[in-house]
Amino acid sequence: MELVNIEKLLEKYLDAETSIAEENELKTYFSGDDVALHLEEYRAMFGYFSASKNEIFTKTIQLKSRKLNWKWLSVAASAILLVSVYTGYQKNQQAKAEKIYQETQFAFAMLSANLNKGTAAITELQEFETTTNKIFNKAK
Amino acid sequence: MDQSEFLKKVMPFKDKVFRLAKRLLVSTEEAEDATQELYFKLWKNKSKLNEYNSIEAFAMTMTKNYCFDRLKSKQANNLSLVHSNYKEGGTSLQKRVELNDSVSLVHKLIENLPEQQKIIIQLRDIEQYEFDEIAEMLNIQPATIRVSLSRARKTIKEQLIKQHNYGIS
Repeated sequence: MELVNIEKLLEKYLDAETSIAEENELKTYFSGDDVALHLEEYRAMFGYFSASKNEIFTKTIQLKSRKLNWKWLSVAASAILLVSVYTGYQKNQQAKAEKIYQETQFAFAMLSANLNKGTAAITELQEFETTTNKIFNKAK
Repeated sequence: MDQSEFLKKVMPFKDKVFRLAKRLLVSTEEAEDATQELYFKLWKNKSKLNEYNSIEAFAMTMTKNYCFDRLKSKQANNLSLVHSNYKEGGTSLQKRVELNDSVSLVHKLIENLPEQQKIIIQLRDIEQYEFDEIAEMLNIQPATIRVSLSRARKTIKEQLIKQHNYGIS
């Protein structure tokens, strides 16, 4: 394209009066090798615009959110908490029962020890009676 | 709207969403996160999408708003400047090095523009939307867009000339 036309277009361009098609003409002109020396600064400008359009989003987009995982995580956490509280409670109950059992055992042991003492005394008494019987039987 | 229909309607402009996000958020990672988040939002609102006359324009508006929110939030405080690789043309090595320099200079110049002008430059000069479409996306008058665009283009041009002259002297 003629230089005069380019200069005219550039003027329109700076006033934001150009159409997309005209702007594309400018882009094509400045991507070429024969850019007029006094228009050199535009080359970087249009070069940058063209280059920028080539940048693309390379990652894959996920439509399922990570927030959903958080929700499930909290559900799992509360379930675990519930189970552990329940088993802890069970354990606690068991420990309590065992303690009561041991205390009862102890009480029974004490009772039986005292009872045995009593029995021993009765055995002694029994000895006394047999001796008495011996004596009386001999006397007969 | 089922998944395949959604993908067919919404996926074609994912790069544009990404590029606009990157223009505003600067870092590639931030822009990728933003794109992901926006598509998730679109998917969640898929039942309402058909009410809009242009899903693409709606998505661009969402992108703009989302990026502004991100910029305002404290989370985005540690944004870093990342330069991507620009496509190489068929020019000679010397020219190419110079051009690469001035190309990244253009990138910096656009970065320094006010947000509104930045978005308009992105939508017009890079994505090549018509003024009516940009007006719909940004909810401002086409005349206002022309004024901002003209201002932005002139700023870039003047800065480039300035830098060019410094380079010579």
